[in-house]
Amino acid sequence: MEEKEKNINPDEQQEYVINMGPQHPSTHGVLRLVVSLKGEIVKNIEPHIGYIHRGIEKMCESITYPQIIHLTDRMDYLSAHINNEAVCLNVEKALEIDIPDRIKVIRTIMSELTRIQSHQLWWASFGMDLGGLTCFFYGLRDREKILDIFEETCGGRMLVSYNCPGGVMYDIHPNFQKRVKDFIKYFRKILPEYDQLLSGNVIFHERSKGIGKLSLEDAISYGITGPTGRGSGFSCDVRKHEPYSAYDRITFKEILHTEGDTYCRYITRIDEMWESMNIIEQLIDNIPEGPFAVKMKPIIKLPEGEYYQRVETARGELGVYIISDGNKNPYRVKFRSPNFVNLSVFNHITKGFKIADLVAIGGSLDLVIPDIDR
Amino acid sequence: MLPDIVALNTSPSLSVPWWKVVYDFSSLTEWIDASLHNYMSPFWTSITEMLIIGVLILLFYAVIGLFLVYAERKVCAFMQNRLGPNRVGPFGIFQTIADLFKLLFKELIPIKNADGFLFNLAPFIVIIASFMAIAAIPFAKGLHAIDLNIGVLYVMAVSAMGVIGVLLAGWSSNNKYSLIGAMRSGAQIVSYELSVGLSIITIIILAGSMQLSVIVEAQRDGWFIFKGHIPAFIAFIVFLISSTAETNRGPFDLAEAESELTAGYHTEYSGIKFAFFFLAEYINMFIVASIAATVFLGGWMPFHVGHWEGFNYIMDFIPPFIWYIGKTFFVIFLMMWFKWTFPRLRIDQLLTLEWKYLLPINLVNVLIMAFIVLMGWHF
Repeated sequence: MEEKEKNINPDEQQEYVINMGPQHPSTHGVLRLVVSLKGEIVKNIEPHIGYIHRGIEKMCESITYPQIIHLTDRMDYLSAHINNEAVCLNVEKALEIDIPDRIKVIRTIMSELTRIQSHQLWWASFGMDLGGLTCFFYGLRDREKILDIFEETCGGRMLVSYNCPGGVMYDIHPNFQKRVKDFIKYFRKILPEYDQLLSGNVIFHERSKGIGKLSLEDAISYGITGPTGRGSGFSCDVRKHEPYSAYDRITFKEILHTEGDTYCRYITRIDEMWESMNIIEQLIDNIPEGPFAVKMKPIIKLPEGEYYQRVETARGELGVYIISDGNKNPYRVKFRSPNFVNLSVFNHITKGFKIADLVAIGGSLDLVIPDIDR
Repeated sequence: MLPDIVALNTSPSLSVPWWKVVYDFSSLTEWIDASLHNYMSPFWTSITEMLIIGVLILLFYAVIGLFLVYAERKVCAFMQNRLGPNRVGPFGIFQTIADLFKLLFKELIPIKNADGFLFNLAPFIVIIASFMAIAAIPFAKGLHAIDLNIGVLYVMAVSAMGVIGVLLAGWSSNNKYSLIGAMRSGAQIVSYELSVGLSIITIIILAGSMQLSVIVEAQRDGWFIFKGHIPAFIAFIVFLISSTAETNRGPFDLAEAESELTAGYHTEYSGIKFAFFFLAEYINMFIVASIAATVFLGGWMPFHVGHWEGFNYIMDFIPPFIWYIGKTFFVIFLMMWFKWTFPRLRIDQLLTLEWKYLLPINLVNVLIMAFIVLMGWHF
């Protein structure tokens, strides 16, 4: 006992351990971070996850493929549509169904709208993390417009469940094209306002530049994807490298920034909103005619085998891995969720910074906790 | 002394317009003083006066506190595309009163292993500090509780006392977030006190007095922010920044920092004790805004432009209390404006701003102001 006490490193003794979360305003959900501090400086972060674990992967094993859609909605609830798309694409790939162009284009437009609304909410909450409360209301105000479009076409606002294997649930609303075009026109005017409020602010620059640097090597070795990885210069856009849906017929550029700090991750997302608008503009006027869904069998059974499909959600690469034994239920489903991987780098890039930086870096990683826990 | 006061009261100079006499509260207060003297001994007179003033200030304090909370909620709502409170009473003006009753009836949660005595003492220190500061502020001509000859120094010293309450609250709460918040608050207020002091000293050099009534009187023909050329303007900006920091308001609200420390030093407080901290924050804002209005913007003095006799005549017609409140709320609006626009600073940036930028600027500024006063370049 006495021996032990002697061996304690005096530095370790001075560590001040605080629990951030599970209920904390800036962990964006029920993430618990055990933070060791020395004064204001963060020495170590130990994330504890699982507070919102619902066993989605296990539940998938006992339900049919069309039903899985409603669970994937609830993983990364901010890119619900894109999660659904991943499952649908995987099922369609397994069944070797040819998807008509109309479905592909609708899916792409909806995915990009989802991406924009996700980034809007991220911008809102990131501003709030840094103490700029007004950002939150600006972001939500504009997000509401996209949710209204979703509501008109899909019925749902956030958890849309619009995709289904073989197409989409319903045809687009007659107003859809007009409203999307109106939104793009509106948001092109509004997005510079975001820059005026936050991106151009001196305090914001001080708070974000050089904070939480993630090098390209680390980004690749940790497997960081999405805007977080692209902020470090890691070209990881699945839409570009392995185009799905209608991404192969449009021209868009992959946003890459090289610095890898909080500011770059921020700017990457802002630029992505611009790019998403470009993508939607290319597609919205030429949605081909045709059916909105392929006629599928009442009970979908995947042939025996293993299937993998990856898509680019608003937070990074989502992989859906399905093992089928030929039944109407999958034998095993595994989701490679971007947030879980992105969380793993948190400790690495936050060490040595201050508590306020911890919050800023956490915000710039854009974590959605239900996706981590599943 | 008594006959003089009566004489002053009964025979106002004929050259002065009637409203100037009405607006001069000193005749009223002196009349009350004189009539009390008729009935009581001097000792009991002062006791009665203290009680009256105490009750009046307490009332004023509560009204201002409630109004500022409402104003802040409305201002921030309009900046954020919201409506703000609009349910309780017309335009929601009774919202804060409803909130107050809610806080009054709420349970005071005792904290395990907290230092009970200090825990309960802290909110009172905070609120007493702000309460005392209000005593020396001139609201209108003759309308201040006490006209100290070191008024500015007194207000600054007393309002800085609040930091003790914040530190005690953080220390005694037995909460790690609270302690971090209190540590930050200590470092912040102690540093920014310097800048507040130096920026006021700039004006004291110009005014030649620390007595608030004299400072206001010296601005009869022009507010100090115009009189003192650029140094006065710089001092005003510095004062605005550092007094915002001193009152723990955004973008310098590190002691609270809700996204980092949940609620900082008052995390563990509930009910009316929390309301004390909340109220003290708003009253502190009111106090620093009053000082800014008094020292830089002429206090209750009307706005006069050189020889525009007609314009000045109309300006004189507006009661001084309205002038004072108007200026104070202008400064408060400025502070709310940048609270709801800027993101929060980090603790090291906060201290860098003070020690590397504001303090040197201030020192040079004081020197320039002294030079200007010495050469008589001000007007």
